[in-house]
Amino acid sequence: MSSNTSPLDQNVFDPKAAAELREQRKNRIQSSLARRHRKEKTFRIAGFSAVIIGLAFVALLFSSILAKGLPAFWQSSMTVPVYFDPAIINAGAKPKQLPNETPAHFEERFVAWQTEMGMVDWDALIVNGIVSKDPSLESQRDYISSIYTSSESYRLRDMVFADPSLIGTKEDIKFLADANVDVWLAGNIDRSLPDDQQQLDPEVRQLADKLEKQGIIQSTFNTNLFVTPDSRSSPASSGLAGAFMGSLFMMLIVIVISIPIGVASAIYLEEFAPKNVMTDIIEVNINNLAAVPSIVFGLLGAAIFIGWMHLPLSAPLVGGLVLSLMTLPTVIITTRASLKAVPPSIRQAALGLGASKFQTVFHHVLPLALPGIMTGSIIGVAHALGETAPLLLIGMSAFVASVPTTPLDQATALPVQVYLWQGNELRNFFEGRTAAAIIVLLVLLVSLNSLAIWLRKKFEVRW
Amino acid sequence: MNTIDIMNAVEKDKSVNPQQTEFNSTEAQVQQSNTAFVPQFDTATTTKKPKSTEVKISTKDVHVYYGDSEAIKGIDIDIYKNEVIAFIGPSGCGKSTFLRTLNRMNDTIDSCRVTGKVTLDSQDIYDPNLDVVLLRAQVGMVFQKPNPFPKSIFDNVSYGPKLHGLARDKYDLEEIVENSLRKAGLWDEVKDRLSQPGTGLSGGQQQRLCIARTIAVSPEVILMDEPCSALDPIATAKIEELISDLSEQFTIAIVTHSMQQAARVSDRTAYFHLGDLIEVNATEKVFTQPDHQLTEAYITGRFG
Repeated sequence: MSSNTSPLDQNVFDPKAAAELREQRKNRIQSSLARRHRKEKTFRIAGFSAVIIGLAFVALLFSSILAKGLPAFWQSSMTVPVYFDPAIINAGAKPKQLPNETPAHFEERFVAWQTEMGMVDWDALIVNGIVSKDPSLESQRDYISSIYTSSESYRLRDMVFADPSLIGTKEDIKFLADANVDVWLAGNIDRSLPDDQQQLDPEVRQLADKLEKQGIIQSTFNTNLFVTPDSRSSPASSGLAGAFMGSLFMMLIVIVISIPIGVASAIYLEEFAPKNVMTDIIEVNINNLAAVPSIVFGLLGAAIFIGWMHLPLSAPLVGGLVLSLMTLPTVIITTRASLKAVPPSIRQAALGLGASKFQTVFHHVLPLALPGIMTGSIIGVAHALGETAPLLLIGMSAFVASVPTTPLDQATALPVQVYLWQGNELRNFFEGRTAAAIIVLLVLLVSLNSLAIWLRKKFEVRW
Repeated sequence: MNTIDIMNAVEKDKSVNPQQTEFNSTEAQVQQSNTAFVPQFDTATTTKKPKSTEVKISTKDVHVYYGDSEAIKGIDIDIYKNEVIAFIGPSGCGKSTFLRTLNRMNDTIDSCRVTGKVTLDSQDIYDPNLDVVLLRAQVGMVFQKPNPFPKSIFDNVSYGPKLHGLARDKYDLEEIVENSLRKAGLWDEVKDRLSQPGTGLSGGQQQRLCIARTIAVSPEVILMDEPCSALDPIATAKIEELISDLSEQFTIAIVTHSMQQAARVSDRTAYFHLGDLIEVNATEKVFTQPDHQLTEAYITGRFG
């Protein structure tokens, strides 16, 4: 056997040498096997740890948000029997239009009555109600009015305003505790801090503890979070309704504008447009647009929709338009991808039968691409729902204390509300609210994404 | 035989091509009578099925280019009414490309360019005034991979007639569907599950469904691009049987990689090589005594 014979050389006829060579060959493969398996094992461990680390961060994020936010879904409140005492509500009956009276005269009397109503000591009704539960509190009337949040007296006024027949009747009404009382009772402030660092007078703190012990102040589910708009004068009653409606209007506008335009342009570009330099340029630009930072779209919106078209500031209409522009590239790209994923054999089958291009696309390709298109659109809309930066530039970060009823009303959006509450000076109280708003936002996003997955699974066609 | 020889042979043979396509001409018969075996083949051809000599599709000097490369280098061929003609040849020889020029399916490929003249019943199909939709309703196509629509069996077959408004009413449509499925030999297998998805059938059934779908439009010509290459031998046998039956009514051009298949189903066979049509003759003749040495080399398995 010559010295340069490879161990892999099979042309050896000596059985002994052949066996030796086989052994050598086997050993060679075996010696490399360990290394090969080690590589795979290392990669598996690395990949697995990456997944674990990712999951750990998600778990950390969610647990911290849930820990902070979930308590904010419960809030201190008290249910108090309110006697609409005619002696206190002394503004007289609601004026009625007299037969021989001019409208101007009637208006004058009506305004006078409104003023009288506003002057009524509504707080006294609530304090009376609380005292009626524990007569020993009679001496602390001044402190009692600091226990509930300031907007509650206006609520009573509005109730009587709407229905004067309430006067003289008795009704159990639920009042929200003041934000600071809520913070104190929830233990979100260090109770050992000296008086000058506490936000409440010592007497009010004692009173709050006492009322809680008596069961007059209870922790109840915070429905206000969902039904009232933001409030600064009465933080305890601040809620997400305004921001939610703002976001809803914007989502509707995004759906109405970006999905039809995006899907139509994707279909045209993918199926009908001639493949030339022009369409290449358009394609590159669409891909670039998808990568443009969202705040740039805010600048664009401020310049075009507000500066040039003079649409109202802070309106969901403008926000929706800006978010539509931002979502458009995403919708186009995902739609094109799902159109591309439809096997060419289907197109050929339809064309071969004599279907026109249009019929091929709309009878066969589009229905098959629809799950992908829906998924992409929903994810685009979800992305728009969570977007904050462009909205700051078109004035949607303003404090809006009303629920918008049209897309032209001033409004804010859920993520912007999170941003506003995060910056609120009443930190102890709004920390919980912020986290609660994040939870609401996340629940919306997760349900939108689940809807996308569900739609895809439901309509996906297997080949 | 090396490649250069083959190329030379192709070059030499180009001039002979037009004559070869007219296999029924007296000149061809004179050529054939020079060999001792010819009479046998002639009788074989006539006993099998008397075929019409009416030209259904005719191509003159057809060239097809993909970008700069020329895939089809000038093909002249006549396809007769109600015959089955098989296109055979090694991979990449352009037989599928040529088939696709016959119903303008190549139009869907952006870089593809066709020159020359293709006529269907003397009507130029590349005439700009001709509507390609009408052409494809006249020249149907069955593809290599069974490609039923992901819809019900009924919808698959009824799609074409609905598209072209061929059915007067619902009953008419049902009749068309039943007839087409019967002709495709699929009716007994699927009559109880017409509402089930066509994609749930076996591969062979899917291909017969595609054939049913094609004949539901009542085309005049059916182009088949390797219709059995994805099927097992039993399904293949069924389709081949079907092709023979269908040729009573339709003109069929079939591309196949299987020479046995070409021999079994076709009346005439055309051999393609590197974009050239080398030879077209009665199938029996092509497989037993080809005119051209390239054809012989291919069918005897020396290359391909």
